[in-house]
Formats: sequence, structure tokens, C-alpha cells
Amino acid sequence: MALAPQPTQQGGARTAQTPTVPKGDQKRLLIDLLLTGLIASAIFGPIVGMNATAPQGGLVLEYRWAAVLWLVGIVVVGRLLLHLLVWNRPDWVKPIHIKRLGAGLAGLGLVSLLLGLFVVKAPWFDAAGVFGLIAGAWFYISSSNETAAERGAPSPLANAIEPLGKYVGVALLLIAIALPFIPGVDRRIVDLAILMLTYVMLGWGLNIVVGLAGLLDLGYVAFYAVGAYAYALLSTIYFPLWFGDGITPWAFWLVLPLAGLFAACWGLILGFPVLRLRGDYLAIVTLAFGEIIRLILINWYDFTGGPNGISDVPRPSFFGIPFTNDENGFAATFGLTYSPLQRIIFLYYVILMLALITNFVTMRLRKLPIGRAWEALREDEIACRSLGINTTNTKLTAFAIGAMFGGFAGSFFATRQGFVSPESFVFMESAIILAIVVLGGLGSQIGVVVAAIVVIGAFELFRELNFLKAIMWEGFDPTQYRMLAVGVAMVLIMRWRPRGLVTKRDPSIYLKEKKAVSADLVAQGHG
Amino acid sequence: MASPLLTIRGVETFYGKIQALKGIDLDVNEGEIVTLIGSNGAGKSTLMMTICGTPRCRTGSIRFGEADITQTPTHEIIRLGIAQSPEGRRIFPRMSVLENLQMGAAVTDPKYFDEDLARAFKTFPILEKRQSQRGGTLSGGEQQMLAIARALMARPRLLLLDEPSLGLAPLIVKQIFEVIRELNAKQGLTVFLVEQNAFHALKLAHRAYVMVNGRITMSGTGSQLLASPEIRAAYLEGGAH
Ligand SMILES: Nc1ncnc2c1ncn2[C@@H]1O[C@H](COP(=O)(O)OP(=O)(O)OP(=O)(O)O)[C@@H](O)[C@H]1O
Ligand SMILES: [Mg+2]
Repeated sequence: MALAPQPTQQGGARTAQTPTVPKGDQKRLLIDLLLTGLIASAIFGPIVGMNATAPQGGLVLEYRWAAVLWLVGIVVVGRLLLHLLVWNRPDWVKPIHIKRLGAGLAGLGLVSLLLGLFVVKAPWFDAAGVFGLIAGAWFYISSSNETAAERGAPSPLANAIEPLGKYVGVALLLIAIALPFIPGVDRRIVDLAILMLTYVMLGWGLNIVVGLAGLLDLGYVAFYAVGAYAYALLSTIYFPLWFGDGITPWAFWLVLPLAGLFAACWGLILGFPVLRLRGDYLAIVTLAFGEIIRLILINWYDFTGGPNGISDVPRPSFFGIPFTNDENGFAATFGLTYSPLQRIIFLYYVILMLALITNFVTMRLRKLPIGRAWEALREDEIACRSLGINTTNTKLTAFAIGAMFGGFAGSFFATRQGFVSPESFVFMESAIILAIVVLGGLGSQIGVVVAAIVVIGAFELFRELNFLKAIMWEGFDPTQYRMLAVGVAMVLIMRWRPRGLVTKRDPSIYLKEKKAVSADLVAQGHG
Repeated sequence: MASPLLTIRGVETFYGKIQALKGIDLDVNEGEIVTLIGSNGAGKSTLMMTICGTPRCRTGSIRFGEADITQTPTHEIIRLGIAQSPEGRRIFPRMSVLENLQMGAAVTDPKYFDEDLARAFKTFPILEKRQSQRGGTLSGGEQQMLAIARALMARPRLLLLDEPSLGLAPLIVKQIFEVIRELNAKQGLTVFLVEQNAFHALKLAHRAYVMVNGRITMSGTGSQLLASPEIRAAYLEGGAH
């Protein structure tokens, strides 16, 4: 995709999405609303309106037209409001009014949400709060983008997000280090943070392959699986067999490098056949590779346990000291009172450390010849070759190193779950990891963190949002709509940040002054 | 005569069934500027790329100095001292000017980097001003200068330039040709130049070849070809200035 520079691109995006309804033309406005309603019913009709249930004795189709009507109504009214307030507003409504309206709505929404959560405990307050917040934010951002576009300046959202790399990176790191000890943080939150960090690490690993080297890999979960099974198999069967049971507490730390090594080997195995492929073809082969690994795991029953997986995978120990409630345990050794939370917190720091190592290594590599060669390879392979770069080795190292971090993360996954099965390594996982990398802004380290928090957060939020149950129909289960929420998050990000959350790329070399080159200034050759 | 640096004998290159080069014999001597002219699709770029090993020639041999490079892997060929500024510039659009130059120095000892960079900036002062700008945001002429500078960062003995004047204003073309002449005169760099801009190229070059349909049909000194009526008719009429 060829994108024009930022200011025009902002304006261009707006004109492209603004319906061509002239001011005051009621007939065209009506047609536009009618079309909106039609499209909304076409989308919501089948998705929301029909529900196939299978009670005793056959499939029954249930209709929920009321819900559809509500949703279509919300969309049409929203569109009308957008027409009146943003796109075709009367002359006396100025952007500043919309901005204030947005701020007010968001504020009200927040108050309502907090009231609903902590004081009244009424789901209706939560629902109104969430919608108020979203609508308010939408008005606020689009009107301030508009005022900026009028001045020819980049949008304030861009301005707000660009420096993320500098300050938010440090802030997030500090929060991450202190997290388990922040008052009010309970097991659920630490668990969620572990999950997010796992995806951050996977995202950083995949970022090497996709973001830096520009090799679209849809089968990244294969390396995650290799790492997980490497740990599960070695620690439950082979290490006790070879070295006796005494090795078990150390198994994680011994297997970790091995798992990385195995995954890296599989990265090479994937890399060789796809050396000459790029783009779509590469994507399809890697997709198949991910599925092949999963099918092997399912069908090689004697070795992997097939669909049953491997259970009783050893939990990690504090460098040999187990987290048990007896005198040899962690708590007794360090004179603490036993709490199951200690193991969780330890796990949290393990994944935090692994993720930080991944980040550190990537940042170092970017400044070394191999990292520069990856980036150059992404830009132009022929030019790379004519500069004397061995593109074969460059690609293979990208696959191997990316896979290695996937393998580390896989080992961690196995020890955290205590159980592995092929179920955990489906294509959906690859898709989520890739979505995190793309949404974060290809090649951006901090972008991956933010995107992982948003995507995994949106996923998990839907487990918790019970208020939706109250305002929706009987038997509504929010967890079923998790993917929808992730989809909405993606649409919003694409609407406002079409090239990912963080598009700034710092050059890896400076001579005099440090001056970042913003992606917004460049017309990108390839998307 | 000076010693031959690049010797091409009987080279035939195919794209699948299509034969692009039909037996090319060509020499470039140490310290020369040699130009290759020819109409669109004659096979000039193919010859450039064949010298670097992508695509490989099916028959024939290519020697660089003492070494037979017919089957040498591309990245090894570059290490031997051939640098190419390929057709259409092919700079790295999202990397800064400085990073582009750094990529050019991928095959050289890092200890030369500062010295080479200073020289590149001296040759093309505009690049120094633009050093932290993204390659893709440079103007066409600046991109061409960057492509040449990047190729020079590899400290080549032989510089292959494929249409350096592509899409540039006459003034910039002049400037770039001036730079090529200076590099040759002052640093003794050997240059093999493919050009559409036959008039300028023939004036600049010591020797020249004409390629038609994958064959060399004519060769001689630059001034000989400039004077030849056939060349005038085919490549210069209307185009001369
Ligand atoms: N990758 C390819 N696959 C198939 N045919 C090709 C390929 N590249 C070039 N050709 C064909 O080989 C012939 C020579 O092409 P080449 O690019 O060498 O021409 P050229 O002399 O550089 O022309 P121009 O002056 O337009 O750059 C052309 O007929 C072209 O169509
Ligand atoms: Mg050509």
C-alpha cells in the first residue's frame, strides 16, 4: 500500500471515510442511514439474531430479533450523531464543542462505571459507563484530530503515542517489577500479568522474524509447542530416567536452554525449504508447518501422549528449593509463612526476566551487523545480495533466533500449566501473536507490549464483564464474544493508527545528534 | 594496454526458456570507464546481474582479476571487490541514509568505516545533511547519489552502475557523471556503466560496447562510437544535447 505523508494521509483517510452527503441534504442523509441500517442488520442478523441450540432431540434455531433491533438502532442513531456532530454538522457547532462533549461523555462514563463497580453494583451503570467512555473517547479524539488536521499538524493522538517508547517503556518496566507487591494485587491479577508477559515475549520473538526480517510467519506457535513438549518430555520421562529423580527440581533451568536449542533447530528446519519464498507463499508454508507440528503431536501417541497430552509436568522450583508447605519448602527455608502465591510470584518474575532477556537481545542484535542485515532484507532482498550479504544465512538466523525465544516461552508455559496438550498450540495462537506484533507496529518493541496488554486484556475482560449479561438477553455469555471484543479493539486501532500503535523507528546508528526518523514522514514502499 | 580486470567470454543467460544473453564477450581493464549502451530489453541489466551471479549464466565464463567467478556465490563475489548500484537504485526506504551507507560497508573491515563515510560525504555533501532522514524520503537524485555512495562503501575495485541517470533532471545527470569521472581519475576506480543516456555516457567512457538483442554488435572508444553514423541514428538523434 502506498501511503501519502502523514498530514495529507490523515486528511485523506477522513475524506475516504466521510460519506459524500452534502450539508443539509436530508434525502441523501436518509439514504445513508437506511444503508447503514441495512448493512447493520445484514451483519447482526445472522450473528446475533439466530442462535442454534441443540436441546434433546435435534437442532433448534432460536431467533432473537429484539436484540438485533436494539443493535441496529444503536448503529443507526450513532451514525446519525456522527453526521450531525462530526461529518455534516451545522456551522455553529465548532470542533471545540464536540471535544468538550466527548470529554464530558467520557467523564460521565467513568463516574458511572466506577459507581457501578464499587458503589451501586448495578450492571446498568457499568454498561452506560463503558459506552459513555467509548463514545466520549471517539468524539474527543476525532474532533481533536480534526483541529490538528486543519492546522496541518499531525494528530494529537499520534503526538501522544509517539513518545511512548521513551517514557512509557520505563514506566511499564517499573510497574512490572513492582507489580506483585502493589497493594490490592491479588492472584488473579498476577496470573493475568503472567499471561500478558508470555504473549509479550512471544510477540518479541515473532517480531524478530516478522517485524525485523520481514518474513511473514503464520506458524510461530509450532516453536512454542516444541519448547513446551521439550520441557514436558524431558522433565517427566527422560531426565528422571537418565539422571534419577533428584534432578527434577532443577529440570526447568536445565531444560530451558535445551528447549531454546530444539526450537531453534526446528526454526532452521522450517527455514530451509522456505528460503526462496516471500510474502503470501511464505505465509502459507509457515501456516502448514504450524499445523504439521500439531498433527504430529496428536498422532505420535507413543512419544507425545497424543491428544491426552502430558500431565504432571514438574512445577518450577526456586533454584532447587520447591514451593511446598513443608520444612524443605521455599517458605520454611527463608523463614516466611507459606502461601501458594509465592510460587505464582516466582513464576511472574521468571517470565518477566525471560521477556526482558528477549527484548535486550533483540535490541542488541538490531545494532549488530546481523540485525541490520535483517532489516535490510525486509526492505530489499536484491539490494542486500548486491551488497554482499549472505541472504541465506541472514534468513536462517532470523528463523532460528525467533524460534528460540518461542521455545523458551514454551518451556515456561509447560511448567506454569503443569500440563501440555496439542489443544494449546492451535493456529489461533499464532494468529493472536501475529496480531499483537502487527497491531503494535511492525518492528516496534514497546508497541508489542502495548498491543499484548490491549489484546489479552480485551480477551480476559470479557470473562469478567458480567454487566453485559444483565443488559443483554437471557443466557448471554460474555466469554463467547471475546473474539468480537478483540476484533473491535483491532478495528479501533486500525482506524486511528493504520500502521500499528507505535510507528516510530529509531535508527540503529547516529553520528552527531540523536534524531528519530518518524514513519509518518515516509511513503512506505510495501505494507 | 592495461591488464584486464573483468573478462567475460561467451556468456549466455536464460530466463526459463527465454535467452536474454546470446554469447557476450566483453573486457573491462583496470582504471577504465567502460559503458554499455543499447535499447530497452537488450539485456544490459541482465549482463550486470549475471556478473554478480544472479541469474547465473548457462554457458561461458566470467573472470575477475585472477579469479574465475562464474560459479562463485553472489555474496562472495561482492567480497572480491565488485560493487553494484542496481537498476532502479534499490536503496532501503525505511532505513536512514546513514544506515544505508552502513549496509554498503557490510563486507569491509569496520575500521575503515569512518574514513569511507567521510569520503562519501565529501563526494556527496547533500547526504551528510540528510544523514538521519529515511532513504525513502530522499528525492530521486539524492537516492541515486545514496545508491552510488552505498556501493562505494564496499571499497570496490570495480563499480557496476546500472542507469545512474534514470529519471533525473539533466543538471543532476551532469553532476553524477562528473562524480563518476572524478572517482575514476582521482581514485583510479574502474567503472562499468550501463546507460540510456548514450551521448553523456559515450563522452565520459574510455571504451564502449553496444548491445542489441542479447549480442554485442559494436565496440570501440567512446569518441569512435560517438562519431559512428549508425550510433548517431539509433541512439543519439533527437536525444543529443
Ligand atoms: N526476471 C526475468 N524473467 C524473465 N525475463 C526477463 C527477466 N528479466 C529480464 N527479462 C527479459 O530479458 C530481456 C533483457 O532484459 P534486461 O532487463 O536485461 O534489459 P535492459 O537492456 O536492461 O533494458 P532497459 O534498458 O529497459 O533496462 C528482456 O526481454 C526482458 O523481458
Ligand atoms: Mg536495464
